[in-house]
Amino acid sequence: MRNRHNIFQLLDWTTILLYLLLVFIGWLNIYAAVYNEEHQSILDITQRYGKQLMWIGAACVLAIGILLIDFRFYSSFGYALYITMIFLLIAVALFGTEVKGARSWFTFGGMAIQPSEFAKFATGLALAKYLSSMNVKVKDLRTKLISGVIIILPALLILLQPDTGSTLVYAAFIIVLYREGLSGKYFTVAMSVAVLFVFTLLVRNLEWNLPFDFTLSGGWILVFILAIAAVIITIVFRKIKYVWQVVLVLFVLSSGVIMSVDYVFDNILKPHQTKRIDVLLGLEEDLKGAGYNVNQSMIAIGSGGGFGKGYLQGTQTKFDFVPEQSTDFIFCTIGEEWGFMGSSILISLFIALFVRLIMLAERQRSSFSRIYGYGVVSILFFHFAVNIGMTIGLAPVIGIPLPFISYGGSSLWSFTILLFIFIKLDSDRLNIL
Amino acid sequence: MNNRKYIIGFSMAFLGLIFIVRLFYIQVYTDKYKLDSRNNVLRYITDYPARGLVYDRKGRLLVYNQAAYDLMIIPKQTLPMDTDEFLNLISLPKKDFIERYNKARKYSSRKPTVLVSDLSAEDYGKLQEVLFKFPGYYTQPKTLRKYPLKSASHLLGYISEVDQQIIDQQPYYKMGDHIGRSGIEKQYEEVIRGRRGRRIILVDVFNREKGKFEDGAYDTLAVSGKDIYLSIDAQLQQYGEQLMKNKKGAIVAIEPKTGEILAIVSKPDYDPNMLVGRIRTKNFERLKADTLKPLFNRALMASYPPGSTFKLINALVGLQEKVLTPDTKYTCYSGYNSGRFHMGCHSHASPINLEFSIQTSCNSYYSNVFRSIIDKYPTAEQGFNVWKNYVNSFGLGSKLNIDLPGELGGFVPSQSYYDRYYQKGKWGSLTVVSLAIGQGELGITPLQMANISAIIANRGYYYTPHLEKSGFHQNIQKNETGIDTANFNLVVSAMEKVVENGTGRAARKEGIAICGKTGTVENPHGEDHSTFLAFAPKDDPKIAISVYVENGVWGARWAAPIAGLMIEKYLRDSISDPALEERMINGNLINPDEE
Repeated sequence: MRNRHNIFQLLDWTTILLYLLLVFIGWLNIYAAVYNEEHQSILDITQRYGKQLMWIGAACVLAIGILLIDFRFYSSFGYALYITMIFLLIAVALFGTEVKGARSWFTFGGMAIQPSEFAKFATGLALAKYLSSMNVKVKDLRTKLISGVIIILPALLILLQPDTGSTLVYAAFIIVLYREGLSGKYFTVAMSVAVLFVFTLLVRNLEWNLPFDFTLSGGWILVFILAIAAVIITIVFRKIKYVWQVVLVLFVLSSGVIMSVDYVFDNILKPHQTKRIDVLLGLEEDLKGAGYNVNQSMIAIGSGGGFGKGYLQGTQTKFDFVPEQSTDFIFCTIGEEWGFMGSSILISLFIALFVRLIMLAERQRSSFSRIYGYGVVSILFFHFAVNIGMTIGLAPVIGIPLPFISYGGSSLWSFTILLFIFIKLDSDRLNIL
Repeated sequence: MNNRKYIIGFSMAFLGLIFIVRLFYIQVYTDKYKLDSRNNVLRYITDYPARGLVYDRKGRLLVYNQAAYDLMIIPKQTLPMDTDEFLNLISLPKKDFIERYNKARKYSSRKPTVLVSDLSAEDYGKLQEVLFKFPGYYTQPKTLRKYPLKSASHLLGYISEVDQQIIDQQPYYKMGDHIGRSGIEKQYEEVIRGRRGRRIILVDVFNREKGKFEDGAYDTLAVSGKDIYLSIDAQLQQYGEQLMKNKKGAIVAIEPKTGEILAIVSKPDYDPNMLVGRIRTKNFERLKADTLKPLFNRALMASYPPGSTFKLINALVGLQEKVLTPDTKYTCYSGYNSGRFHMGCHSHASPINLEFSIQTSCNSYYSNVFRSIIDKYPTAEQGFNVWKNYVNSFGLGSKLNIDLPGELGGFVPSQSYYDRYYQKGKWGSLTVVSLAIGQGELGITPLQMANISAIIANRGYYYTPHLEKSGFHQNIQKNETGIDTANFNLVVSAMEKVVENGTGRAARKEGIAICGKTGTVENPHGEDHSTFLAFAPKDDPKIAISVYVENGVWGARWAAPIAGLMIEKYLRDSISDPALEERMINGNLINPDEE
């Protein structure tokens, strides 16, 4: 069989090379983050870099295993894998080991496995399988609903653990839906709601004192201004048909969003989450509490300067000023020791990987492979955007790892599986008619 | 659908660009985060130098540093332990312990806090052996000033931690430094304090030491303070304090040939160890509130009228101005009369010559002498200014510049003072005649009084009185009075007679040629003050002394015997009349009824 002979020729080596490079950079910086004079052997498995080395080895074995399995397996067993993962998520929420208040882990002996990491590729496969079925069109409401259920079900189960960060990752699949035909209107609406929400947050503590002991809070001021704007727009565009009806609907919806802000903020989000958002928006400065991580992280990155302090020379990360420096805040070590040069090279590598993956996805003949490819790039991109965004103060602190770089077996393996299934599908693209 | 891959791809690339721009801002453009990073990891550790020691003229230790220990706690590192055993060792009640523990934890659970300050060496010794059983606790050494003789409090002074005001004024000092607040500790602060050392170390987020910054390139070593040798004779100083027990007043003894201070006593005083360590603030407040003013250094700061001792100066000025000879005789019938003016005197033979006038301290004689000095000149102003220049040359009316802080200059009235007081041209020698007998406006400190004694002992000059002998005092000058030695010799012989057979007989010691002069100072507020100045031996003076006892009634009653005992102690190191010594020590002029 042709593909047996050419398996390594048909692999996309650009992607694999980028993968290996990122994993290597990750390991180097984990070593730097936990480096100390007492434990210098790189194979010391009591240290995180030693363990990570083991996991990298295991990841390579996994990758090769994935490449050896027949490509049809992934589409055939897409739903089965998805359902298995759903059961695992239910199981972990019930029987998992509690770490820092969340049941996210199964522990066997010394090993710990985080099912929510593996649910990502399973969801990607299930979504791809569903959307690539005959007679399924994203424009149909039914399709939207079923896709929504496929995406939201694991997200909700992860929220039960609770692990807000991993839950939010599932929002990334909206990119897949967009590529497959979801109207851009949804993005516009979502963006408008988000902007309105943030804007309301910024003004909600304002107060406007009126006569007769009457005080208008920030939200009501906003509604008031919108009402005036609505009236003006209606008058100016009165010649257009249905203008007042449209304006009225928009006004009612926006007011609803504004009025919901207080409820969402005070009742749905947890205090530490609202605090992180307040800190990000600059409404609150709390360098000892909620703002500590981000402030220390920016100090570490900023102190790296143009060219960094040199490998293993970082003081901020080495002396533990930055929390979670080998996992969620690994980018600080890179920023401090490699400077602006190093950190922008890393960002470029990621962007190169994403662009390459989009190119690969677009060259697929089968829509299953293409959709899955977009799932991969969406998940990776979401992690990248939120993780680096939070370390440089552009996103709220959400504890999710930087793909291939952060310390952790589960995340490394899950990203490896996610990526290599797609590499396998890509290498077999010519076998699909 | 086909353009959507571009939208997605470009959006992702655009976010990457935003990240790179942001990184450029925080890593390259702004310095804010670089400064914060230094604040994070660099800790400036101060090494405190040992403060210099203080010795007396014979090398006896007056001030030293005693090791003391603070018991520190790092709440985070503590484990459950046998609290009772632990508290027994440091003798701390459980209630206080819990209170302090909670306070420490509230401050910081990772940073050390002082749990007990100034542990004694004994407690420290007991504790150190078992401290390993109590993680989270450790001891931190420091030094406390100690005064083994419990004496010379005013002279030695005390130290305390600097406050914000000092830090603002003197850039050397930083929070936690100590500074001399009075006495020698203040005067020689810069010599005695040494120089602080500074190390820069790297610390991690838990404040744990991680090594030297740049291998110690910016570190400086602490330099110990220099030791100070004082001219004080500790034995004489202590003896003086003993004699002045339960009295108010001062003794100053000077070595005339050098100006070195041998003893400087001010009573009431306090044990200098009271103003050390954690008891300092409480004791200081108590001493400050005491109506007997134990913090007030009378020897340098009390400006007393000199009384009859001042007649010596008038005699010398009269002789120098040639209005007086050894044979000049004046009559005295129970006082001095001029017109309606009368100044009383005790009864004695009359008329009398110069020598006898000193021996018997005749008021009338000196009124005549003083007036003849003033009236020698065409106007009273001219005469007065001539007289005043002589008086000033005895170191009166201005500071002697002893090497101690807080010295007062005393007061000698000037011509303009009297012009203001009586109107210009409306006063004459009779108006100010009380100056003849050391009363009136004159104000002289016990130090200045002892210095007069030293001038007479030296027959005409003095060296700036000083305490420091090891060469840090640069400003010791010889000062001349401009009065002939021959004139001094006349007064000196008369002073010898004062002690041999005059008002100062109480100071007499067999075999020591003591020259002295009594003084009784009118005190409108109570009993008169008793004063005496003396030096000995007559021909080779080794000690010049002034004694001032408030409310001592007669010069002869308290001041003269005390001066005699001091001289004998210093010259012979033994006391020939123990009964007198005992009477002086036990005399209580503060609460006389207690005896």
